[in-house]
Amino acid sequence: MASDTIAEARADAEISGLDALEIAGRQKTTTRAATLWASTWPKLAALAIAIAVWQVVVWAEIWPPYSLPGPGPVWQELVRQASGPQLWDGLVTTLRRAALGYVFSVGVGLLLGLAVARFRVLRAAIGSMITALQTMPSIAWFPLAILLFELSEKAIFFVVVLGAAPSIANGVISGVDYVPPLLQRAGRNLGARGFNLYRYVIAPAALPAIVAGLKQGWAFSWRSLMAGELIVVGISQTSLGAQLTYARELADAPWLLSTMIVILVVGLGVDAAFGAADRAIRRRWGVLDQAGQ
Amino acid sequence: MTSTTTTPRSATGSVALHGVTKVYGQGEHAVLALDGVSLDVAPGEFVCLVGASGCGKSTLLNLVAGLDKVSGGRIELGDGVNPGLMFQESALFPWLTVEGNVDVPLKLRRLPRAQRRERVAELLRTVHLAEFGRKRPHQLSGGMRQRVALARTLALDTPVLLMDEPFGALDAMTRDILHDELERIWAERKLTVLFVTHNVREAARLADRIILLSSRPGRIIYSTRVDVPRPRRIDSPEIASIAADVTDRLRTEVGRHGQ
Repeated sequence: MASDTIAEARADAEISGLDALEIAGRQKTTTRAATLWASTWPKLAALAIAIAVWQVVVWAEIWPPYSLPGPGPVWQELVRQASGPQLWDGLVTTLRRAALGYVFSVGVGLLLGLAVARFRVLRAAIGSMITALQTMPSIAWFPLAILLFELSEKAIFFVVVLGAAPSIANGVISGVDYVPPLLQRAGRNLGARGFNLYRYVIAPAALPAIVAGLKQGWAFSWRSLMAGELIVVGISQTSLGAQLTYARELADAPWLLSTMIVILVVGLGVDAAFGAADRAIRRRWGVLDQAGQ
Repeated sequence: MTSTTTTPRSATGSVALHGVTKVYGQGEHAVLALDGVSLDVAPGEFVCLVGASGCGKSTLLNLVAGLDKVSGGRIELGDGVNPGLMFQESALFPWLTVEGNVDVPLKLRRLPRAQRRERVAELLRTVHLAEFGRKRPHQLSGGMRQRVALARTLALDTPVLLMDEPFGALDAMTRDILHDELERIWAERKLTVLFVTHNVREAARLADRIILLSSRPGRIIYSTRVDVPRPRRIDSPEIASIAADVTDRLRTEVGRHGQ
């Protein structure tokens, strides 16, 4: 009927009109370059201030230059190190240990977290123990690790995993715990039961908390690794931690500080990668938009 | 999940409740949420459940949806019918696009990819959101999100739609338009709708039949047919007079709890 078609066309127009009005003003106007610069310049400024403060302290001559060299000599040393093999060998050794320990921690942490989140008995039994493990400073594990595994790679690996796995497990547990019940009900109503509920609802909903746990786990494993490499020196390879110890023993302050800078940069780099993943997730979820970013 | 209390019936879109009782908790702290609710909804009927707080409206929908188990009585649905459920919040998955959300029930039913794509497009056209498939839920308005949720529920291909105050959080203008939309889709697809609301006018605008529930415990205390011909307008005098009648009875019921 003609009148029906007219009424329908009117209804369509009303709906699209309302949609257009409600969507308007939600689009972002800033460019990518502007956003990048806005987040970069405060970091560059902070770095410049830190270096300036360092230089001022050196000029104040509180410590002799052979204990605390200025940014200039350290930079020269860093460039010299970067052109030789020693730094790179150390970096490769350390990163290999970090990757091995971290990947293993991720496996243990995810399985443990999922099991605790899923089974009430396990939660009652070891839920609080995981949190307790997390509060234990990893360096306190080293004496035991050395008794068990002697001064070896295994001792380092043991402590790295003990440092990182509880954080990752805790991330998984809190992620699963805080999945909105409404989303679970919706998922069940749409036909997601059992494993499919985990696959389609719980795992993606828990992802932000899991990424936070992975990030914290990385921080713990990196710290544990550095502590381990300082203590477990002299097992053949010149890891970054070992180079720090040698530099101290040789009283080579520029070498020591340049190695520290390398350690800092690696930590920051991985942290930035996690930060980017975290922001990507939050942007997808629309959490960033609400914060006005 | 088929519970022991669900028995098959031949008429697929029908919903029948026989003395349904729901108790939460145990012993002294037990709360009687629903007390002997019996209700027969014919295939293709639009029934609105109205009641004040604590009348167990949402409980009732959860039971029919099979998300919760009855304490007594039984619920009969058509053979193999899995009712679709909608909430006041859209409950869309924020990590998926609009298309992705509508696709979830199709994926869970293991439909082939090509068929899924076609169905998603068709469903989005049905709710007038064909151009918004690639958006994420947070980029849409509340009314648009509810339409996506409706499309996602329709993707279940179920004859029974359960709606728990689905338009409760929307502004009046959007709600009016969505009433028209829901009415159109209900008629086109010959759906059976159980619609919970505390908005009496909304009930009079939409329903073939309005059921009034008492509070604590929830019992059916009044039932009336709405014989106003469709299409209806929420601001028409006929709708207003039916709403006034139901509101009076609702107020009497609420007043009973004051003493």
